Amino acid sequence: MSGEGQDSAMGTGTPAHGGAAGGDAADAVAYEPVIGLEIHIQLATTTKMFCGCALSFGEPPNTRTCPVCLGLPGSLPVANARAVHFGLMIGLALGSQLAPRSIFHRKNYFYPDLPKGYQISQYDEPLCNGGQLREIRIHRVHLEEDAAKLVHVGASGRIHGSDASIVDFNRGGTPLAEIVTEPDVRSAEQAGEWLRLLCTTMRQLGVSDVNMEEGSLRCDANISLRPAGASELGVKTELKNMNSFRFIERGIRAEVARQEAILRGGGQVVQETLHFDPATERITSLRSKEEAHDYRYFPEPDLVPVAISQEMLDAARGALPELPAARAERLEREVGLSADSARRLAFRAELGDYFDAALAAGVDPAPPAQALANWITGDLLARLPDGVDPADSKVAAAALAALVGLVAAKRISVGAARQVLDRLIADGGDPVAVVAQEGLAALDGGGEELAALVAAALAANPEAAENLRGGNAKAIGPIVGFVMRETKGRADGGEVTRLVHEQLGI
Amino acid sequence: MSDSDVIELTAAEAVAAIDGGRLSAAELFEACRARAAADELNCCTWVADRAPSGPPGQAPLRGVPLAVKDLFCTAGVPSQSGSRILEGYRPPYTATAVARLQAAGAPLLAKTNQDEFAMGSSNENSAYGPVLNPWDRARVPGGSSGGSAAAVAAGLAPWALGTDTGGSIRQPAALCGIVGLKPTYGAVSRYGMIAFASSLDQAGPLTRDVSDAALLLSHMIGQDPRDATSLAFPERIAAPRAERLDGVRLGVPRELTGGAGGDSGAEGGAVLGIEPGVLVAFQAALLRAEELGASVSEVSLPHAPHALSAYYVLAPAECSSNLARFDGVRYGARVADAADLLDMYTRTRHDGFGPEVRRRIMLGTYALSAGYYDAYYGRAQRVRTKIVQDFDAAFAGVDFIVTPTSPTVAFGLGEKTGDPWSMYSNDFCTVPMSLAGIPAISIPCGLSGADAGLGPGGAGLPVGLQIAGPVFSENRLLDAAYALEQALGFDGSRARA
Repeated sequence: MSGEGQDSAMGTGTPAHGGAAGGDAADAVAYEPVIGLEIHIQLATTTKMFCGCALSFGEPPNTRTCPVCLGLPGSLPVANARAVHFGLMIGLALGSQLAPRSIFHRKNYFYPDLPKGYQISQYDEPLCNGGQLREIRIHRVHLEEDAAKLVHVGASGRIHGSDASIVDFNRGGTPLAEIVTEPDVRSAEQAGEWLRLLCTTMRQLGVSDVNMEEGSLRCDANISLRPAGASELGVKTELKNMNSFRFIERGIRAEVARQEAILRGGGQVVQETLHFDPATERITSLRSKEEAHDYRYFPEPDLVPVAISQEMLDAARGALPELPAARAERLEREVGLSADSARRLAFRAELGDYFDAALAAGVDPAPPAQALANWITGDLLARLPDGVDPADSKVAAAALAALVGLVAAKRISVGAARQVLDRLIADGGDPVAVVAQEGLAALDGGGEELAALVAAALAANPEAAENLRGGNAKAIGPIVGFVMRETKGRADGGEVTRLVHEQLGI
Repeated sequence: MSDSDVIELTAAEAVAAIDGGRLSAAELFEACRARAAADELNCCTWVADRAPSGPPGQAPLRGVPLAVKDLFCTAGVPSQSGSRILEGYRPPYTATAVARLQAAGAPLLAKTNQDEFAMGSSNENSAYGPVLNPWDRARVPGGSSGGSAAAVAAGLAPWALGTDTGGSIRQPAALCGIVGLKPTYGAVSRYGMIAFASSLDQAGPLTRDVSDAALLLSHMIGQDPRDATSLAFPERIAAPRAERLDGVRLGVPRELTGGAGGDSGAEGGAVLGIEPGVLVAFQAALLRAEELGASVSEVSLPHAPHALSAYYVLAPAECSSNLARFDGVRYGARVADAADLLDMYTRTRHDGFGPEVRRRIMLGTYALSAGYYDAYYGRAQRVRTKIVQDFDAAFAGVDFIVTPTSPTVAFGLGEKTGDPWSMYSNDFCTVPMSLAGIPAISIPCGLSGADAGLGPGGAGLPVGLQIAGPVFSENRLLDAAYALEQALGFDGSRARA
């Protein structure tokens, strides 16, 4: 349910007059945004929330339907136990109180995408209450069914000016978990970053694909402003149905700016439901408080209460994987990564998995953990298309570990390692073999060969040598470049510099 | 066997005749089919045009055909729930209760007329016209399962399925002089029953006698994975055999009968609107029960007088939501020339629903509205809880509760249509059991109104006796009803003349 907030604890049940409504003092006031999020996540069950239809992934319209999800006369819903299991896992991951008994309600309103004329949702007795994910407190988590999809036929493709609207019921009845936060978010950026963490958490739980493009995650934001330091909440607006992290951040920014302009102009924010158009950056009103639906919630008489048994609890607990926040903590405390690296790996589960696999590969020489992390988040990711899981690339985790180990043992130079990585990206394989084939092994620092090359480089670049002697450190570039060209990058840059200095007596 | 002999058979007798080789399933089906097709009472909204292909074999019900209330979904067969908005609607699936009976060897003979979406007590709210009472065609058969009751009474079908939300099986059974049983809520799957009020709706048999009710029920019950509120019945339903009622304690609730179990019965009953002739037949039945060994005592259901009020909040509230799906988008009627979506909704629903259905949708919508929910729906739920507790307390002292099923005999067509409250009051004695979810049976216990020259040949019109027991007491209930039925010896054959 994502309604007018009877249950969302967004705090403006008493429309606040706490904001600095007066014009005079307003200019001096700094405003603090107060933001609560309502996130709908499609659950990755096999079948729909209340019937046996398989979930749909782009099948032809109305091929994943039955009397129940079409709302045919006489049909009855039966709650999907797997969805309840996933709901419990989410509650556990978010540290919620799991209700031993929760019930479904009917939320009544008419719309062609709602075949029964009501949505089965949870109202005042949800599955999970409370909780916290990092700095944001969770208000509740509940289960409900998704609506069907309306397709507007005609030139515009939008509802206004369309010739007809047709309904695809494939999506209707897909299980959703709605996660409602407390109004703890203070900026658009914080909302975006926190939502990414939430997404990773959900993906890692395996309860959802959380693919925003396919609409498996949608977000509403309740936004109000108040003078910084005030404890009372301002009048909120609800920004509906944003489905990408970027749109969410942009939408919140635009709405915060809109409200701030109103308040600074001495005006009052009106409680209403808004739509953000990412194409035009415009915010338009969907409906005012007066036009708010009366959903006439009442307990769904076709379903029995959801009673959580010890078995169900144990099953949900047993299914919990390591979650991003815990993983970041472990990578920092136990593995010794920097806080930033730990988060970057933990909050993209596939990177964390790849890192853990590489570290566990047991290669010799072993890669230092931080260097391995840097190679993954730096050179490796830069060589992969956006969003590709490194595990799906040709670079085996063990191969990257071996490569980083060679660099750390100074058996190859960083430059040579990058060449090896290029080869691995293209063809896969074992870095040791690639080094051998390509003759990329580092030149022995104390050896005659490198010293001779440095001498040749100095001879070939007399002007640079002179400048170096004269104290211009930058002049070393052409000399190092000469050695690297001659060695195809196998020489260790540090060693070359040392030899240059030695031979020039500086 | 002649057709008129066949028509007089109960379903169990027909099973025996088929087993004895005196009758074939095909002959039986055709005799019923011809009679149903020639229906002059407007009982049927659809009649099979031929017998089912293939013999029923050894399926336990041996091919004894079944009439089914219109609101049960039957694949490919019109299922209109008495409403214009579903005119011609043929569902793609069959209700669990009907499918179970078909599998048990009871083929579909006819769909029967009913009050629109089961809302009514006279069958006058059907979009397909009123059903006439076979005892007196100027009178109503009761409702909402009026078509099923009249069809069984008139011998158009050996037996029928009905549904009961506040009395919709028991009251028409009483007014038509047959047996009607509302089982424990959850005993029979609701899957495929076009819903009126989900927390109250329950399917049950309408039959010529108590044995048939037990036989039909035994093949309907059982948990259904498609109905989350269905329950596994804890025992088999057995054929009733009791001849005596020794030790059986009957309780007469003073709040529903005005003390008819005691000395001042007639006056108290009259205050509650119970017709004198109904009280006489009721009291005579109690005397017969005592002769069979039962004890009769007065009991109290303190909150029962509030049952009707609570019911007329809860049932409309649920129906206002249940009927929201009839929006013209996917099936059923839709106005042709709507200006926009709201216009399409408004006019489709205005034109598609009859006045009583519209009245209840509005009542229910109001009762659920923000600001009124606690005062109406919330309070009605609390009354419901009190009523459940009343019955629990009463069943601590007696085995069964007995009342007249309906305060009146069949009333005249059009007599109460202008006065909804008077119509609603007909369910005064049946609604409390619905709210409590307990089983209750109505059996004919005599005729009333002979003094006023009512009924065929001035012999009177049938009166129903309601017997209610605790949850899952169906076997005991059927036994008690059977013993009393044998002793009362009611003859309903005049309805088939």
